Amino acid sequence: MAAALVQTPTHPSFNIEEFLAAEESKGLLRLTTAGSVDDGKSTLIGRLLHDAKGAYEDQLKSAIRGGEIDFSLLTDGLRAEREQGITIDVAYRYFATPKRKFILADTPGHEQYTRNMATGASTAELAIILLDAHRGLTTQSRRHAFIATLLGIPNFVIAVNKMDLVGYDQEVFNRIREEYQAFLQRIGAPHSYFLPLSALKGDNVVDRGSHMPWFDGPCLLEYLETVDPADRMISAPFRMAVQRVVRPDQNFRGYAGQIGSGTIRPGDQVQALPSGRTSKVRRVVTFDGDLEMAHAPMSVTLTLGDEIDISRGDMIVSGRQPQSARMIDATMVWFDAHPLDPAHDYLVKHTSQTIPARVDGVRHLINVATLETEAATSLAMNEIGVVRIAASKSLFFDPYKDNRVTGSFILIDRKTNHTAGAGMILGSAEGSLEDAADRLVRLVRASVPPGSQLNLPGDDAQAVDVIRALLKGVLK
Amino acid sequence: MSRLSHLQALEAESIHIIREVASEFQRPVMLYSIGKDSSVMVRLAQKAFFPGPIPFPLLHVDTTYKFKEMIEFRDKFAADLGVKLIVHSNTSALQAGANPFRLGTERCCGLLKTQSLLDALRAGGFDAAFGGARRDEEKSRAKERIFSFRDSLGQWDPKNQRPELWNLFNGRVEPGESIRVFPLSNWTEMDVWQYIHVENIPIVPLYFAKERQVLVRGNSLVMPEQDFVKPQLGDRLETVMCRMRSLGCSPCTGAVRSTADTLPKIIAELVTVRNSERENRVIDHDREGSMELKKREGYF
Repeated sequence: MAAALVQTPTHPSFNIEEFLAAEESKGLLRLTTAGSVDDGKSTLIGRLLHDAKGAYEDQLKSAIRGGEIDFSLLTDGLRAEREQGITIDVAYRYFATPKRKFILADTPGHEQYTRNMATGASTAELAIILLDAHRGLTTQSRRHAFIATLLGIPNFVIAVNKMDLVGYDQEVFNRIREEYQAFLQRIGAPHSYFLPLSALKGDNVVDRGSHMPWFDGPCLLEYLETVDPADRMISAPFRMAVQRVVRPDQNFRGYAGQIGSGTIRPGDQVQALPSGRTSKVRRVVTFDGDLEMAHAPMSVTLTLGDEIDISRGDMIVSGRQPQSARMIDATMVWFDAHPLDPAHDYLVKHTSQTIPARVDGVRHLINVATLETEAATSLAMNEIGVVRIAASKSLFFDPYKDNRVTGSFILIDRKTNHTAGAGMILGSAEGSLEDAADRLVRLVRASVPPGSQLNLPGDDAQAVDVIRALLKGVLK
Repeated sequence: MSRLSHLQALEAESIHIIREVASEFQRPVMLYSIGKDSSVMVRLAQKAFFPGPIPFPLLHVDTTYKFKEMIEFRDKFAADLGVKLIVHSNTSALQAGANPFRLGTERCCGLLKTQSLLDALRAGGFDAAFGGARRDEEKSRAKERIFSFRDSLGQWDPKNQRPELWNLFNGRVEPGESIRVFPLSNWTEMDVWQYIHVENIPIVPLYFAKERQVLVRGNSLVMPEQDFVKPQLGDRLETVMCRMRSLGCSPCTGAVRSTADTLPKIIAELVTVRNSERENRVIDHDREGSMELKKREGYF
């Protein structure tokens, strides 16, 4: 009954100052929904918006069909969607309760719109995955959980909808939960809260309803209001990509950026990458005055104690060093109609830098229906695979599983400027000494003119041994 | 270490967006409509570049039918801020007598807003234009990206938008193409008012209730500022305690009855308000999906 607790200004006890103070301290939760066409997702969201007073009366009036509110008409914003009765594109919805504000990315569940699901999932802290109790698990519901896991959403709500169609039967709910839980564990999904509900009838959405006395967990809205989003980004090592150097006059030189992770205080020792130069933070500057401490995801401007050369695209870090590599392995979701092409020129946008890159091969494709890996040389639209990216200079990153800000990138097609794909960094592809030595041999061989003498064993394995020994000496 | 409040989180996100645009584009411009959302957007731009100045001009597309109080406010606001303000009007259409009664609202908006905007963007060679639109305003806006691509004719293709993940925005365009940027995408009307209150941001006095002379036309309250706004059969000229929930052109933007004459009272009114803020904007309701159609053609 959370939404009904709103104090109204006409209520004798309403105090505007108290209300504003409470409002201003409210937190924000970003969530996304995924469900197949017929899982009743639009109905659920319409119900949530309506019952949480998010939908206003004139919008409601335009959603009345045959004397009843068609909740799906509240959310389907494009003409083609209303005409076809389907959701095409990700839509953002906003609602609030006295405890929290919510930004909801409503994403379509059709197979051909994987890209929109990934889009909505990329910023979400919680995913609501809808299942139809009547139909049980489908390929789509596995796909949705897989993509949400891949994009690193830290909390799941598994909403088993349409319980009214199965007589609110606890057995049906338990059976689906057991089957899905096993699947979620297998793919490494985060903590998942299973919830039986009926969006159409309103059971367990905003109110508990009376049809499922056997279920004693919190209803959907109550759960969304109280779940701890477990923000790991504040306690992670400090990372801030420099967006811009602020230099209004000779006396001020500041580095403006949004803190990707961690905290920063004046006096903290920091390092600038790629230069590797170190300095101390002198001031944390904002329009509202200098700060004693700032943390992710605040937008600030730092000044340093030393004059060091830092420009847009550089990163200011402290604590554990980020990894650095030109060659990286990443899981990619492909968006573009033009398939991934190793012979094509791309740009990689990673933090605040955009640099030329190529795809140095597809390691494998992931069949999202079976979750089996398959050999592949390319990725088509809506396919997901692990690829090797060769950037034109070193990227400074953390693996995506540790840091969604420094571990993510997009690939831009240089010919069309389309956002061709999104990548989640797994790690460096040039990690081991063996790899380095191996590449060095190839490099050396390639650089020696034909016919000249090369004092290296003809056999590659032996050549690697020689180079490895040399490298050890150099690195020591 | 506590998480940010919703206003702090929204502010941080908007500042990041504004800085990205200033760094990645050759000639950005910020659309300034004089309304409350524009006022918030300009404040965020000040914050983004502090202690430096805002590194791009503001652009007001003036239909010449805006409320007089808006124009007075605009000129003082820009002067106080020390920022460059470009004012553009479709003078040829105005000279030909364009107004909403002669042409109908759809055609009038098309000429005085959309065409005028496209002309101004082309004249300035702007490759990025910030707008203060929010996704909670209208259904088709809920589907729009933060970086929204426009082809060389200024058109929006809602079915073929660039995917937008994390906070990685793709602002690559060819000459003639452009990006509309919406730093307030994730703000709601309530967020905007709370932020204005917390930040003490100046806004046009029309937002505050006072007794005003209006034409009472059914449920609408029309301010007869332009001389072509004539009483129709059944209209009554009355003095009504009222205010504007959103600002547009005076012939097409109605006032609402209200006694909210302070920011806390406006916010309190919002808590109980039963109608969304654009309900009194005639242009959204010309026909089903009309905002989407306007946007496809280049309207903000």
